[in-house]
Amino acid sequence: MKKKEVLVFEDLLGSNKKVASTIRKKLTQNGILTINLMSSPGAGKTTLLERIAEHLEPDHKMAVIEGDIETERDADRIRAKGIPAWQIMTGGACHLEAKMIARLFSEIPSDLDFLFIENVGNLVCPASFDLGENIRCTLLSTPEGDDKPKKYPKAFITSDCLVITKADLSGLLPFQTEKAIHEALTINPRLKTFITSAIKDTGLQALIEYFKTELMKLRS
Amino acid sequence: MHELSIVANLFEILEREAKEKKAKKITAIKLQIGQLSGIVPELFRSAFEIYKKETVAADAELEIDIVPFKVKCQKCKTEMTKEDFILTCDQCGSNDIKSLCGTELLLETIELET
Repeated sequence: MKKKEVLVFEDLLGSNKKVASTIRKKLTQNGILTINLMSSPGAGKTTLLERIAEHLEPDHKMAVIEGDIETERDADRIRAKGIPAWQIMTGGACHLEAKMIARLFSEIPSDLDFLFIENVGNLVCPASFDLGENIRCTLLSTPEGDDKPKKYPKAFITSDCLVITKADLSGLLPFQTEKAIHEALTINPRLKTFITSAIKDTGLQALIEYFKTELMKLRS
Repeated sequence: MHELSIVANLFEILEREAKEKKAKKITAIKLQIGQLSGIVPELFRSAFEIYKKETVAADAELEIDIVPFKVKCQKCKTEMTKEDFILTCDQCGSNDIKSLCGTELLLETIELET
């Protein structure tokens, strides 16, 4: 019996990163901007996507991959808007992984402008998994409280944009929008920030313009 | 509890290494886990203990090195450890900060028995 130590130095998320990088390369080559939406459950990811679908001009095409533990409900809501949608049911897993997106690859039309991936509602686990997105977008709804960025730093540090949702409720709640944004910017000064209300239909246009600008950059 | 899915990745690497090196078993595993890796070491360890049964690493000891989150200010070039994740330079207040380490999730070494 012989014992020996072997140097490995391998990333435990290496296999996920490899698949994610292939996804990003292929979608980028097709000129598709991919956006990974992350938030706590109930922050309004599906409602935001419904509003984006309503506001997006007909010359822009979008599709949505929905991640949930169970049910086809979110994909059905998106399809009701005339938008192609695929539902991934994780069956208990608290996050999406790149290989789950890769399985759908052959079904994604190549003439899209935007591919949205709505992650499983969870502000912790999804932050560790690259899905091949170009933009990572974290939503923070006013009922959750303005103290979340420092409590869940990884989601905010790894994001490109922060979308405050349910802004119409902020007057009824102790939530201070400026405080939440300031806190998020102290942990990630690169964040683009947006304040939205799906009910009052405010702030959506600015967010869509941001996605369009990023799409132009990707294609240039 | 995404730790379990990362433990599954670890065991894929362990099985592959043991096969390639023709090892009978793996007796020790050393990992580097960054403070900003999003992994809770205690949960990772619990998932590891559950997963290791009846694998090539069934008797393996797991050693975890926690790597602090270190950054460097691109303006004044000061290097510092950040525990609060506030990405502002402690010295000059600049936001132009680059992370040096603390996000890794690395299998560093394994001890094999052949």
